[in-house]
Amino acid sequence: MSPLSILMSAFILSIVGLGFFIWSQRAHLTDASTEGSEVIFAAGEIGTPEEPAAPLATRPAPGADDAELAARARADASTAPLVFFFYCCAFVWLLVASAAGLTASIKLHAPDWLTAEAWLSFGRIRTVHLNAVAYGWAPMAGLGTALFVIPRLLKTELVGGRYALLGAALWNAALIAGLGSLAYGVSDGLEWLEIPWQIDLLFVAGGALIGLPLILTLRRRQVAHLYVSVWYMGCALFWFPVLFLVANFPGLHHGVEQATMNWWFGHNVLGLFYTPLALASIYYFLPKVIGRPIQSYNLSLLGFWGLAFFYGQVGGHHLIGGPVPGWMVTLSIVQSMMMILPVAAFTANQHLTLKGNLTALRHSPTLRFMCLGGLMYTASSVQGSFEALRSMNAVTHFTHYTVAHAHLGLYGFVSLVFFGAMYFVIPRITGRDWPWPRMISVHFWLASIGIAIYFVSLTIGGWLQGSAMLDESRGFMESVLLTLPYLKARSVGGAMMALGHVIFAAHFVRLLIARGERRTAARPFATAAEGI
Amino acid sequence: MHSETRLILGGLTTLAVATAALVVLPYITIADSAPAPGLKPYTPTQLRGREQYIQHGCVYCHSQQPRARAFAPDAKRGWGRATVAGDYAYDNPPLLGTMRTGPDLMNIGVRQPSDQWHLGHLFQPRAYVPGSIMPAYPFLFDMRDSAEPGETVVALPPGTVPEGKVVVARPAALDLVAYLKSLDRSYPALAADQ
Repeated sequence: MSPLSILMSAFILSIVGLGFFIWSQRAHLTDASTEGSEVIFAAGEIGTPEEPAAPLATRPAPGADDAELAARARADASTAPLVFFFYCCAFVWLLVASAAGLTASIKLHAPDWLTAEAWLSFGRIRTVHLNAVAYGWAPMAGLGTALFVIPRLLKTELVGGRYALLGAALWNAALIAGLGSLAYGVSDGLEWLEIPWQIDLLFVAGGALIGLPLILTLRRRQVAHLYVSVWYMGCALFWFPVLFLVANFPGLHHGVEQATMNWWFGHNVLGLFYTPLALASIYYFLPKVIGRPIQSYNLSLLGFWGLAFFYGQVGGHHLIGGPVPGWMVTLSIVQSMMMILPVAAFTANQHLTLKGNLTALRHSPTLRFMCLGGLMYTASSVQGSFEALRSMNAVTHFTHYTVAHAHLGLYGFVSLVFFGAMYFVIPRITGRDWPWPRMISVHFWLASIGIAIYFVSLTIGGWLQGSAMLDESRGFMESVLLTLPYLKARSVGGAMMALGHVIFAAHFVRLLIARGERRTAARPFATAAEGI
Repeated sequence: MHSETRLILGGLTTLAVATAALVVLPYITIADSAPAPGLKPYTPTQLRGREQYIQHGCVYCHSQQPRARAFAPDAKRGWGRATVAGDYAYDNPPLLGTMRTGPDLMNIGVRQPSDQWHLGHLFQPRAYVPGSIMPAYPFLFDMRDSAEPGETVVALPPGTVPEGKVVVARPAALDLVAYLKSLDRSYPALAADQ
């Protein structure tokens, strides 16, 4: 196949994609009405924040339509046991991932610590950390949140929740088997795709069962308009199975093409799965806790389709300078820069929506996590775009700088947003208040100061490491030794993050065993929801 | 937006474009690159060693893709010429790596052809490279009072193990070293970009 025909087919495919884009947008692209953004509120509810994680005294009484609030309470009740299960799993994997990550971090500056057991060696415990985050914490928290939000947005009860419950059970069984096999030393050998393909079959079955209620619930929706969060969550639930199935298909991929496929998957699982789930959460919870619709609905459209269009093609920037076709790397660099468009759209929208509402930060833990998470989305995306440029990539590729960037995205953005969502959702699905509001603040500050230390130290260390490697007059060992203080600082930041997670989990356990503290009058729509 | 069908179709189209660019076209063009002339297939021992390399996660700190001279001084560090697709014809999966916490290993077999160096370095990297942060792999070895006939005893720098003890390499360590020594792309590449 000649380069000309390759470029021609890429061109034709792009045109087809754009055609779909315009077709699906044509009715509303120029529509300036804000009707779409108000769909998350009941009649008369705008101006009333809903923030179940805030201290009781700061929660306003709802002045909204009782019937609609009762319907929302029924939607919440229909998802409660299911979301509870997802979140319990998320807590477990968060703790497992934190322990494994911290161990791996310490090992990089204390290489003779815990060397007797193979499963504790750096190469394996690091992989356990990555997979526990990638297939444990992030999807369990993200999908749990999606399952809670979707019925609310479609104003109906969840249909087919038992499929998702079975799916989640299969998924977690697969993850236990997967992490076990990695620790034991059975690995497919591709980053992000280490879990053996035989176990991946379970993930595919579990994932399909988890996605099924989305389709069933969509068919029963009581709203004409699909809110922006539904686009993100709906597409994420379709994108992920395609990514996972294509990437793990045994025997399909050969030679260096495996590397391009590897980073097509590796970057898209971030960009087309975790990112949309987290953005969908921001688009729902942020307006909800300030009681005001998002400022510009059209900006969110641009943000969504921009992400869908550009993000999928950025993975090749992981192979700059590698033995892969030059046109592919160039394409990925261009699309990485194009990602600035949807990111700017999201950022402007968040800023405009929050303007004048920042006082809510004082009371709302959800908003604090969401705001900081949203800012980190902007920061990590813009950083990522520039990291893809050849000049910058020459320094940062192969260094700890990339690790810092990955954590800014997956922790600073995605995990913080999921923390915020969980603080909102858990009181709703358990009917109980958080018993120690102050501990939410402690968790917030440990997480944010922890990731700040983590990111700043590894960014500096990684940059120095990369600069040293580019200077042939400096021996290789120099690039190793100069990172040591920064690696130690990373362990300090990581320990703070892990401590925050322990507090978060302990707080959750305390909420569950808090006998006699069931919330009654505090629930905004308690009377309306009576009798469920 | 009112139609979930359009939403999902639009979403899957954008993913199809991305998949075409990053997976399908590379599949058509480079998946079956012919082995570079001069590249030898792995022996069974080397392949077992490659499995060790994968299961201990060497790839998370060591790349196998020297970059071009115009891009980085990899060749001047002795890591070898920039690789081409044909250099990975027998690599399933290729272990390109994303980190250089340790040096690139695409030509480690050329730089360091000694079995004993590799074995001792795996047992205790800091006995050979002061300040190294590579993990030690003592579980690939046995420490005993004496070795049986036919076993490979590792000659370590003095002071690495207690007096009177010998370190014997397990088969896994020998396989891994066989793989490391096979890493040699010093033959000329005939690719256009060279």
